Amino acid sequence: MSKSRNSAFAALLAAGLVAGPALAEPLGIGREALPEEIAAWDVAVLPDGTGLREGSGDVETGDELFAEHCASCHGDFAEGLDSWPSLAGGAGSLNDPRPVKTIGSYWPYLSTVYDYVHRSMPFGNAQVLSVDDTYAITAFLLYSNGLVEDDFVLTHENFTDIAMPNAEGFYPDDRPETEYVQFSTEPCMTDCIPGAPEITKRAAELKVTPTEEDGTPAGTLPVISAAADAG
Amino acid sequence: MSTDNNDETRNPSRRRFLQSSAMAGAGLIAGAGAASAAAPDPLITEVQDWASVFGDPVDATPYGMPIHFEEHVVRRNVEWLTESTASSINFTPIHALEGTITPQGVAFERHHSGAIELSKPDYRLMINGLVDRPLVFTFEDLLRFPRAMTTAFCECAANGGMEWGGAQLEGVQFTQGMIHNMEYTGVMLRDLLSESGVKPEGKWIYVEGHDASSNGRSIPLEKAMDDVMVAFFANGEALRKEHGYPVRLVVPGWEGNMWIKWLRRIGVYDQAVESREETSKYTDLMPDGRARKWTWVMDAKSVITSPSPQAPIRHGKGPLVITGLAWSGNGKIDRVDVSLDGGRNWQEARITGDARPKALTRFHLDIDWDGSELFLQSRAIDDTGYVQPTKQALREIRGLNNVYHNNGIQTWWVKADGEVENVEIA
Repeated sequence: MSKSRNSAFAALLAAGLVAGPALAEPLGIGREALPEEIAAWDVAVLPDGTGLREGSGDVETGDELFAEHCASCHGDFAEGLDSWPSLAGGAGSLNDPRPVKTIGSYWPYLSTVYDYVHRSMPFGNAQVLSVDDTYAITAFLLYSNGLVEDDFVLTHENFTDIAMPNAEGFYPDDRPETEYVQFSTEPCMTDCIPGAPEITKRAAELKVTPTEEDGTPAGTLPVISAAADAG
Repeated sequence: MSTDNNDETRNPSRRRFLQSSAMAGAGLIAGAGAASAAAPDPLITEVQDWASVFGDPVDATPYGMPIHFEEHVVRRNVEWLTESTASSINFTPIHALEGTITPQGVAFERHHSGAIELSKPDYRLMINGLVDRPLVFTFEDLLRFPRAMTTAFCECAANGGMEWGGAQLEGVQFTQGMIHNMEYTGVMLRDLLSESGVKPEGKWIYVEGHDASSNGRSIPLEKAMDDVMVAFFANGEALRKEHGYPVRLVVPGWEGNMWIKWLRRIGVYDQAVESREETSKYTDLMPDGRARKWTWVMDAKSVITSPSPQAPIRHGKGPLVITGLAWSGNGKIDRVDVSLDGGRNWQEARITGDARPKALTRFHLDIDWDGSELFLQSRAIDDTGYVQPTKQALREIRGLNNVYHNNGIQTWWVKADGEVENVEIA
């Protein structure tokens, strides 16, 4: 094993990050991954373009591919059918009562679109889209969101030039500062709220819970009392 | 197969007679004080079939299933929640369970492209990226690493998400049932990573599954080297197919989406991958239109599992067992308080059994119910001092467009007849 591995691990040990007994030396289990195997499985694409394969695709081709592979759920214009996700639209809606979170309105990185389409779509028939197909569908999704013109061609070379509208819309978890301090005071035990409880919402009124034939919520425990067990 | 139904079919008329005479005898009367029987109970005075003839032989059920009387204790889904049951969720029947360990067969499932069938001989795990030596392991290889055990809850980040805007579903199975708790055996991820040798610039890992969604997530190296496990046993037996057979990731205290099932690849990177599951989904939209990301930890939470809408009180007033679950992704449960009057007054519940860090903890409160309506609530306090907040306190910070990480206090309205509703109160 090389020196860099050991020094990295030693640094973690020194930082107290390794909780239990760590292996001092490699056990020699497993085998080296071959370049072909890594190429087949490591398809991740990162925001800085790491992992992009050489290739290109234009909006028009993407439109055709989208109609063939994607539109049955996402609609011809990526607007989303039924409850399937909308992929286009929703710009400026993120603080509305009903925000529409799409690629254009919400997704911070274009790499996520390429990566997800390439590895996980079409739903139920994943990993059938070629690199160029994926560039084309990604280009079409940019077009559907009004972010490029209809003659746009997306390639591995101009990929990282595209900035998504909501790129600055995310920040790392701040609950320790914004919530934990407030929620870590000694709680009240007696006479905490004046007055009697007043019901403001009843789930029963919505009638959206699966039910048994008798109208009780699905899974309601059966009667087990001896006196009532004469059914 | 089981012959559980035989006592019904063997002599139905005798069974019906026995049941009706038991009722006529009114052997059990609800209420305070010991009841008295008007007539001897034939279930006691007469020899029952099961006390006379054979039960099932030992070869009847090589792998046992629950007796049919418990057939209602199953996972359930809510059809309108999703367009496809291949990318959907079902819910653990926590209203019907006790203790802390969730049997695999009723533990909630969340798949993004269905539960796949992957055999041990076909299983491969790759570690690559910023490592000295990219490696491929077979299942047999994993069995040769030093083994570790941990008990941990796995909670979907969206558990309770449907309740964010107000009480919506009737039953703790549906409102808080995207959780399970199992005892895992496997190998520590840090041991696999050290076998490959993480380079100094490696700060993140990216984990993904064999299934068609692959459901990749980025995890900071500190967590990966701390308590993350590559597990292949749960509750003493192989993982069930729907829980990632043959190998899944266990990420104690962190949202269930990161617990990659059918684990295929661990990539080491200098940055987060920012996959779909950590940008488009599993991020938390705030009132100003920006969103929190990397909200991995599941904060302290508790809920009363019985009484609850699917577990009404049927025995009348008198002694009543209130039972529930508490957990925290930040540590150990220190205390659980229960209120009978909608948060006006609280009393400390009894923690029954062990309170382990990042694992489900069982609490009980035994009361003498006077038969009047109750507004039951519970609140968990973990060993960091964090107190489970009200739903309203969360909404005041996060607004109404949040979906994930709803750990607010649940209210059950127990009516005088023992029926229970999911409500919100002021």
